[in-house]
Amino acid sequence: MSTQSEVISGFQTRAANVAANLVPMHWQIRALRLLLKGKKLTLGARSVPDVVEAPVPDVNTLALDEIDLSNPFLYRQDKWRSYYKRLRDEAPVHYQQNSLFGPFWSVTRFDDIIYVDKNHELFSSEPVIILGDTPEGLPMEMFIAMDPPKHDEQRRAVQSVVSPQNLKEMEDLIRSRTEEVLDDLPLNEPFNWVPRVSIELTGRMLATLLDFPYENRHKLVYWSDRITGTAESTGGEYNNPDELFEAVADMARDFTQLWRDKQARHAAGEPRSFDVISLLQGSEDTQDMIRRPMEFLGNLTLLIVGGNDTTRNSMSGGVLALNEFPDEFAKLKANPELIPNMVSEIIRWQTPLAHMRRVATQDVEMRGKTIRKGDRVVMWYASGNRDERKIDRPDEFIIDRKGARNHLSFGFGIHRCMGNRLAEMQLRILWEELLKRFENIEVVGEPERVQSNFVRGYSELMVKLTPKQD
Amino acid sequence: MDKVTFIERNDTEHIAQFRTGMALMQTAVEYRVPAIDADCGGSCACGTCHVIVSEERFGEAGKNERQMLEMKPERGETSRLARQVETTEAMDDLVVRLPEYQM
Repeated sequence: MSTQSEVISGFQTRAANVAANLVPMHWQIRALRLLLKGKKLTLGARSVPDVVEAPVPDVNTLALDEIDLSNPFLYRQDKWRSYYKRLRDEAPVHYQQNSLFGPFWSVTRFDDIIYVDKNHELFSSEPVIILGDTPEGLPMEMFIAMDPPKHDEQRRAVQSVVSPQNLKEMEDLIRSRTEEVLDDLPLNEPFNWVPRVSIELTGRMLATLLDFPYENRHKLVYWSDRITGTAESTGGEYNNPDELFEAVADMARDFTQLWRDKQARHAAGEPRSFDVISLLQGSEDTQDMIRRPMEFLGNLTLLIVGGNDTTRNSMSGGVLALNEFPDEFAKLKANPELIPNMVSEIIRWQTPLAHMRRVATQDVEMRGKTIRKGDRVVMWYASGNRDERKIDRPDEFIIDRKGARNHLSFGFGIHRCMGNRLAEMQLRILWEELLKRFENIEVVGEPERVQSNFVRGYSELMVKLTPKQD
Repeated sequence: MDKVTFIERNDTEHIAQFRTGMALMQTAVEYRVPAIDADCGGSCACGTCHVIVSEERFGEAGKNERQMLEMKPERGETSRLARQVETTEAMDDLVVRLPEYQM
C-alpha cells in the first residue's frame, strides 16, 4: 500500500531519471521545487512539524506515554540521560503515539538494539533511516536506506574508498593536514574549537575522499549541515524548504561537473584515481548512476553526511570528555599508548548519531509488546551506549576501559558504519598530534549543543590551549 | 594436541592451543593474536573476527555470518567469522589465515 506522497515521489524519481538525459540535474531540482509548490496548491501540503524550543520537563513528572525521545531539545538542554534511563528501566520497548514526527517505537537497551540492527529482514531500512520524514519532493535514494540486494551492490562499489588498505595510503596526508590546522591555532586565549578544529579537519577529509575542489570544501560541510538540520527530518534548525532545494541544486551542479570532468579525463586515457566518484564510475553496478539523479545525489549525500557530523562531534566530544574527567587527561598524558582505546571510548561516550530508524516488515513481539507491520522502530544508540546492564559505569569516560570497542555508535549488522576505520584513524591522529603540542586543552565555558534528535553535536566549545614547554 | 596456527598476512605465525568447544575467536583473543578486532564482542553483528580457514572442515557458515562476510574485501572461499567456529577435537593442527585488515 502506498501513500499518495510515495506515489508522487516514485513518479518524481522516474521522471528525474528520464529527464537526466535531457536537462541538467540542478535545473531538475529547482523544477521539483516548483512542482511541489504547485502540488501544495492543488492537493494540500504535508504537515511540517513546528519545532519551537521550550524547557524540557523533568522526566519524572511525566507519564510513560508522554515520554517523547524525538524532542530535538533533549540533547541541546542536556536532559537526555534521565529520559533514556527511565525508558530502559521501565519501558525498554516503548510506543510514542503523538510525536511531532508521527508515532514510533523506541528501543533503548543495548541487547535489544543489536537484535533489531541484526535482523534486517524483520526491520527494513527503507525508505529512510532517520526518525522524521525526508523533505517532500526530494526522495533521495541512498544505500544506508536500502535493503539487500541493492544495498549490497551499491555499498560494495564505494566501500573501498574507506577500506583500511586505502587508509594506509592516506595516513600521511591526513597527518600533515592535521599538523597544519593545529600549528595555526591561537595559544593561551579562548577560541571556538568547533569551526577551527573539528569542522576544518572533517571538511578537509571530505574534500580529499571526493577529490572535490579543495578551495570549495566549505560547501560540502554546508550541504551536509543543511540536509541533516532539516526541521522535518531531525527537528533541526532549518525550516525553509527553498533554501534546502537551493543547496541540493547547488550540490547537484557541482557533483555533476565533477563526474563529467572525471569521465572526460578517464576517456582521454588518464588512469582512474582513488576517490569516491572514480570508484563509482569504475564499478559495473554504479557506472551510470548519474542517469539516476535521486540515487546519484542520495549516495553522495550519504558519504558527506556520514563523514561530517560524526567525526566532527567526536573531535569536540573528546575534548569535553577529558575536561569533565581530568584524571583521565592525566592518565592519557602519562600513557599516550592508550590513544587507540580512548578513541573507541570517545566514540561511545559521544555517540554522535543518536539513532537509526527501521520499519517492521511483519508483526514482531519484543519485551511483551507487539510491534505491528509498518510501524517505525527507532534504535537509540545513545541510550544503548549508556545501558548499565551491559556497560560498567556507563556515564563515566574511562580511556582504558575494557572492551571499549564493543559500543553501538557504528551500528551493527549489514549497515554497520562503512567509515569506521577512517573515523578511528582521524581521531587517533588528532590526539597523537595534540599531545605532542599541548600541555593542556582547557574548556572555558559551557558548550553550545545542536538542536536535533539525530545529531548529538556542538556548535560552540570554547577552549584555551597551553603549549608544551620544552 | 588441539593445536591451531594463526598466520598473519606478513606470514608471522601464532601457535595457540584451544579447548574443545571454545570458539576460535576466544582462543585467538586469549593468545593475543593480532588482527582479530571482535568489535561486537561475539554477536555475529560486525564481521571483525574474519579469518580464512585452510580447509572446509569447519562446516558451512550460517546465514547471518554469510551476510556479514559478504562485504569483506579480503573474503575468500573458506572465510568464516572466528566467533562462529566452535572448535572440535577433529580440528587439531588447523591452520587459520588472518586478513590484513578487519573492517
